[in-house]
Amino acid sequence: MNSSALTLMVFAMGTVTLLTGYFFYRVLTAKPKPEPDSYTDDDED
Amino acid sequence: MANTESWGSRVGLILAMAGNAVGLGNFLRFPVQAIQNGGGAFIIPYLVCFLLMGIPLLWVEWSMGRFGGRKGNHSTPFILHEMDPKRALWKYIGVFGIFTNIAVAAYYCYLESWTLSYLWHSIAGTFNGQTADQVAGFFGNYVDINTSTTGIPFEPIVFWLICLLLNTWILAKGLSGGVEKVAKVGMPLLILFGIFLAIMAVTLKSGDHGAVNDGTVGLNFLWTPDYSSIWTAKVWLAAAGQIFFTLSVGMGSIQCYASYVKKKDDIALNAMSAGWMNEFVEVVLGASIIIPISIGYLGIDRVVEMTQSGGLGLGFKTLPYLFTQWGPTLAMIAGVCWFGLLFFAGITSSLAMGTPVMGFLKDEFGWKHKNAAWFFGLIILVLGLPCVLYFKEGVFDEYDYWAGTVGLVVFALFEIILFAWVFGMDKGWKEINAGADIKVPTIFRFIIKYVTPLFIGGVFVASLPGIWEKITATGLPWQVHAARVLLLLMFATTCWFVRVAYMKRKANLKNWTK
Repeated sequence: MNSSALTLMVFAMGTVTLLTGYFFYRVLTAKPKPEPDSYTDDDED
Repeated sequence: MANTESWGSRVGLILAMAGNAVGLGNFLRFPVQAIQNGGGAFIIPYLVCFLLMGIPLLWVEWSMGRFGGRKGNHSTPFILHEMDPKRALWKYIGVFGIFTNIAVAAYYCYLESWTLSYLWHSIAGTFNGQTADQVAGFFGNYVDINTSTTGIPFEPIVFWLICLLLNTWILAKGLSGGVEKVAKVGMPLLILFGIFLAIMAVTLKSGDHGAVNDGTVGLNFLWTPDYSSIWTAKVWLAAAGQIFFTLSVGMGSIQCYASYVKKKDDIALNAMSAGWMNEFVEVVLGASIIIPISIGYLGIDRVVEMTQSGGLGLGFKTLPYLFTQWGPTLAMIAGVCWFGLLFFAGITSSLAMGTPVMGFLKDEFGWKHKNAAWFFGLIILVLGLPCVLYFKEGVFDEYDYWAGTVGLVVFALFEIILFAWVFGMDKGWKEINAGADIKVPTIFRFIIKYVTPLFIGGVFVASLPGIWEKITATGLPWQVHAARVLLLLMFATTCWFVRVAYMKRKANLKNWTK
């Protein structure tokens, strides 16, 4: 592969893979939110 | 009867949303678009469009969905109505979010059934020993109702019906019991199959099994940038179009899925996770399979010529033959992986198309879940049959153009105006950030209000000459005209259903306040 093609491919694939992994990791490690526990919490805004 | 469905888990929701976005276009359309629009340089306008149009629309649609769901609305007519109750117009604009899903599902199920059929033929070894022309001719014979490739009479109809029944049966199982389970199995398998095929493609060596080029020659061709191309409007339009198709924005299915999210749950991070997962499948896997393998065996010139008619030809007419060069066992494994991943990409999208219709029927007319699912199956049967019977006359392409192309842009344009300018960015920004597990960069407030509407408006204006050309085209077969009438009837009928539902709501409110 020529260097410009290789650079662009590695940059694009690397960025996309890293961001996909990062966001999915954030989902997996996010603390679950508590369920509404009162009538006030459950009210509409 | 209250619509009380919900998602079983957060990962399940994200995989279902990613599955909704990941479709056959990730593998067949994206690499062809890249080749035709500046090679590697295409990634620059593509990613810019993703940042300025794709991500904002994802946040807007997810937050619209959660907002509507909070008030018991699970389809776009009344989600949009809820955002601006004073104007009657929005609920009819929201009809696009039901109509588009029905019309796209009508032809998409047929496309999906091809993958199921080719999966079967890969296992049965149908393509072994056939010449390139025979494998290419197989597709033409397959879509011809009068020719049977296996001895089964009306073979495309049989596979289409199996596919339709499977979709309907899964939808009838519910969100967490059907759609989510399929996504949890289908998406990991799709990625696994994709990685296997990408490795096979990239490690292809010239001289092995008749290959004339290394797999990396295809990658080199695909990624070599022609930077002069990024200054042309055509390339930007192609990039914007690809972002629309790939993310399934402007359809109403994201709003529907998001309407089952709990009111305090995050949508900002979920939207990012599902959106980037789709980008991974498209940019990393989609770019590494079809082009490297095709160029490996056929050379650059032949593949460039073949891509003029789109990616479907390469995927269905060429790849099965190229797999047979690897020997019967590997050909079967590669065929199962390729058509298996296309099938999972297809079914996770078509299931998403069923849920808005079902949500509407359940919310507004109190239908039971199973009845709504089978009714959706019936509509697709009626509307999809012309696609199957008159595929060669262009009915399939007609549905794809009006519903799957024009419909998406029109609806996205209206919804971004509603969200940013009518509902208002103050409320809209609050909705996006409510319960967020990430900090949404403030710059996106400006982008959603000004840049994204201008971007989508630009895409719409640029597509007007094409629309005019389509409308004024002469010499079209009667089947194409009939398809247009059918689509118009479908839209008008959905408007009528929305009107009836609205009157019913008004009557209920009157009775309640008495």
